[in-house]
Amino acid sequence: MDENPVVSSLLAHPIINHSFVGGVLIGTAALILLSGIGRIAGVSGIVGGLLKRQPRHEFDWRLAFLFGLIGGGFLIRQVYPYTQPPFFFMPITYYVIAGFLVGFGTQWGSGCTSGHGVCGLSRLSVRSLVAVITFMTTAMLTVYFFHRSGGAE
Amino acid sequence: MRLLIAAFSGLVFAYGLVRSGMVEPQRVIGFLDITGHWDPSLALVMMGAVLAGLVIMPLVKRMPRPMWEAKWYLPMKRHIDIHLVLGSAVFGIGWGIVGICPGPALVNIAQLDSKNFAFIGAMLVGMVAYRTAAPFLDRFMKR
Repeated sequence: MDENPVVSSLLAHPIINHSFVGGVLIGTAALILLSGIGRIAGVSGIVGGLLKRQPRHEFDWRLAFLFGLIGGGFLIRQVYPYTQPPFFFMPITYYVIAGFLVGFGTQWGSGCTSGHGVCGLSRLSVRSLVAVITFMTTAMLTVYFFHRSGGAE
Repeated sequence: MRLLIAAFSGLVFAYGLVRSGMVEPQRVIGFLDITGHWDPSLALVMMGAVLAGLVIMPLVKRMPRPMWEAKWYLPMKRHIDIHLVLGSAVFGIGWGIVGICPGPALVNIAQLDSKNFAFIGAMLVGMVAYRTAAPFLDRFMKR
């Protein structure tokens, strides 16, 4: 194939090579889970399902997925140096409050960025579209009050 | 085989989250900071993920059943209600405060940072708290 310099430099650009390709990988992972064992790859749903009594058939694959996800983190860290300190730059109280809200909210709204954002939108679910618009809005408002960098006046 | 598939999916998921920058809280906050120095690159992550889904989904929908499972396990809820909206709103607030959502929090366990552990611990408590509060919320929200 001809190497078009414009195309190849575009493909090497971080927004394609990292953001877009990373996104495609996430979508692919969700498709593997769905086509393989018929489950939705929503992380909050998978974790939440471990916190209640379930038959083994509902339990084992969740543990396996989380093993891959968490183990993957350790594995990737060995070959792919991605930490740019300061990684967690807020006071610890914020992480506790935010964690609680994320846990409570994802169970109440039955999904997070992966379940509603990736799987739901791919399946053209209107419920998920409403959820995504809602959490993107409140997240942006929260950032506006907590982290506004003040670039635009 | 089903467990192998689940673990492999988790592994690919983790790699996608790392590669895309979703595991970096500052990038996430930069993406949500639309009135400031907005970093739009993470929008491409969602686009890539959903695009992959949209292209392959018609093929998956044509499968009679999953490859290594007897039936599909899909969300049953269809209607849009107050729980979906309020829950998502609460999640968004938490996400905006620190820039971490559940998937990246778990991948970031590898960072062995106490703040990330605090987030995950509080997240689990929040999940259990919802389960306790659900009957009350249900009754309260009923018209």
